[in-house]
Amino acid sequence: MASIHLRNVDVDFPLYSGASRSLKTSLLHLGSGGRIGRTVSDRMCVQALTKVSLQLKDGDRLGIIGPNGSGKTTLLRVLSSIYEPSAGQVFIEGSVASLFDVALGMDTEGTGYENITLRGMLLGLSRSEIEKKVHDIAEFTELGDYLSIPVRTYSSGMLLRLAFAVCTSVEPEILLMDEWIGVGDARFLEKARVRLDDFVHGSSILALASHSNDLIRQVCNKAVLMDKGSVSAFGEVKEIIEYYEQNY
Amino acid sequence: MENNEGKESHSSTEVAAQDGLGLLDKDMSNGSQTSVKLALCDLWLGISQWRLWILLGWQDIRQRYRRSLLGPFWLTLSMAIMVGALSFLYGALFSLDLDDYLPFLCLGFIVWGLISGIVTDGCVVFIGSEAFIKQISLPLSVYVYRLIWRNLIIFGHNMVVFVVVACIFSIWPGWSGLLLLPGLILICATGGWVCLLLGLISARFRDVPQLVASFIQVAFFLTPIIWKPELLGDRFGIVDFNPFYHFVEIIRQPMLGNMPDNTSWLVTIGFTALGWILTFLIFSRFRGRIAYWV
Repeated sequence: MASIHLRNVDVDFPLYSGASRSLKTSLLHLGSGGRIGRTVSDRMCVQALTKVSLQLKDGDRLGIIGPNGSGKTTLLRVLSSIYEPSAGQVFIEGSVASLFDVALGMDTEGTGYENITLRGMLLGLSRSEIEKKVHDIAEFTELGDYLSIPVRTYSSGMLLRLAFAVCTSVEPEILLMDEWIGVGDARFLEKARVRLDDFVHGSSILALASHSNDLIRQVCNKAVLMDKGSVSAFGEVKEIIEYYEQNY
Repeated sequence: MENNEGKESHSSTEVAAQDGLGLLDKDMSNGSQTSVKLALCDLWLGISQWRLWILLGWQDIRQRYRRSLLGPFWLTLSMAIMVGALSFLYGALFSLDLDDYLPFLCLGFIVWGLISGIVTDGCVVFIGSEAFIKQISLPLSVYVYRLIWRNLIIFGHNMVVFVVVACIFSIWPGWSGLLLLPGLILICATGGWVCLLLGLISARFRDVPQLVASFIQVAFFLTPIIWKPELLGDRFGIVDFNPFYHFVEIIRQPMLGNMPDNTSWLVTIGFTALGWILTFLIFSRFRGRIAYWV
């Protein structure tokens, strides 16, 4: 059983100017009762999310849509408990895997196999789990002997294949993705598509932020439209996208 | 799934509400209780992911030295050159007996390398892991453990120099050499809170790393590493006020075959305990803000 429940979540980003980032100014501020280092109190905040409430249960495939800077990525980061909200409550049940940057933590000097281990462990797999999966991953990437040489020699397409194969080998209950992963050449793309479908079906809850409405329509059954940090509409994917296309 | 429990229990922890200050929270006792629990959780889950930070720590070292002929033994070599050159220079300047001075200097340098490495790296422990912190939800303590492990690896490579020196001057620490272990544990335990605290403050106030870097440079000269405390004559006692001195002593003395002073044990243990209490309070209060600051 996986579930996500956000209640009135606010996320405020403090904007620290150079002056307020300085310890000296802050101490001066304390010592002078706030007269000299006035810049410190002039702290600006960007409200990235305001009063976001959301409830997801098993089987929900949520598409997150909205214009640039509407809070899609921030929302995903709240869902993966990277950002703790400045107000409101977050309840998340189930193992979470967030695939925002598939190549995160890749060691370019390491071999393909070493990177499978490294990336796998970052995704929360144990060594024995990785050993079980490594064959399947290697086969999927079609990189063959290349996996034994440093990743630095790979083309960007090869690197992406490897990262993609490792990332899609975990089996999380809740899967969070920022933009769809576009991989490699046309032939590989079809193969990747099949694997991705399996991967997504394996999870109980999916949240996907994307600018491709077609993709959201294909993959998701629910959608949330973000606008200036708040939920502007939430519901069936068809209606929300229609509304989005007409109004933005 | 069993093997995934670390991650699972982390994500199923209820992330409780905290307003920007934590003070406006009406249900304050409850709020601060949760933040203490979450901070403990962070530290503990970090330890349980030891496989990950051990791997990352090794990777840091390997990345630095891959494709070089000597690999991480460049660390050993540069330490050997440094100790060799300085011991002749200062041995002559202070007209000291090399038999006695060189092992002293060598150990001092090696332990200082560990301490200063942890402190200076500690400032950027979160700033430097920005990409990780913003992309995946790992316990923040993982970055601290990784850093300490990395510095221990460097320490291990440098210790090779001392082994050679010990052979040349036929020094055998005997049973007191076993005290190396508690000494290292104390340094690492203190290193843990220092990194956590400095990393947190530096994430918010970006000139702290600069400040600490110059402080550590001064501390090097004020600590008896290239000079022997006996040189101070009757003002010998003032080194006792320097905590760095005691941390160096709890490793240097056992390795030279002596027992460290009781004062050294007391100061280092007290420093570790008090530091952790203070740091834990600050960490549990601001842990949630680190992701915003980096």
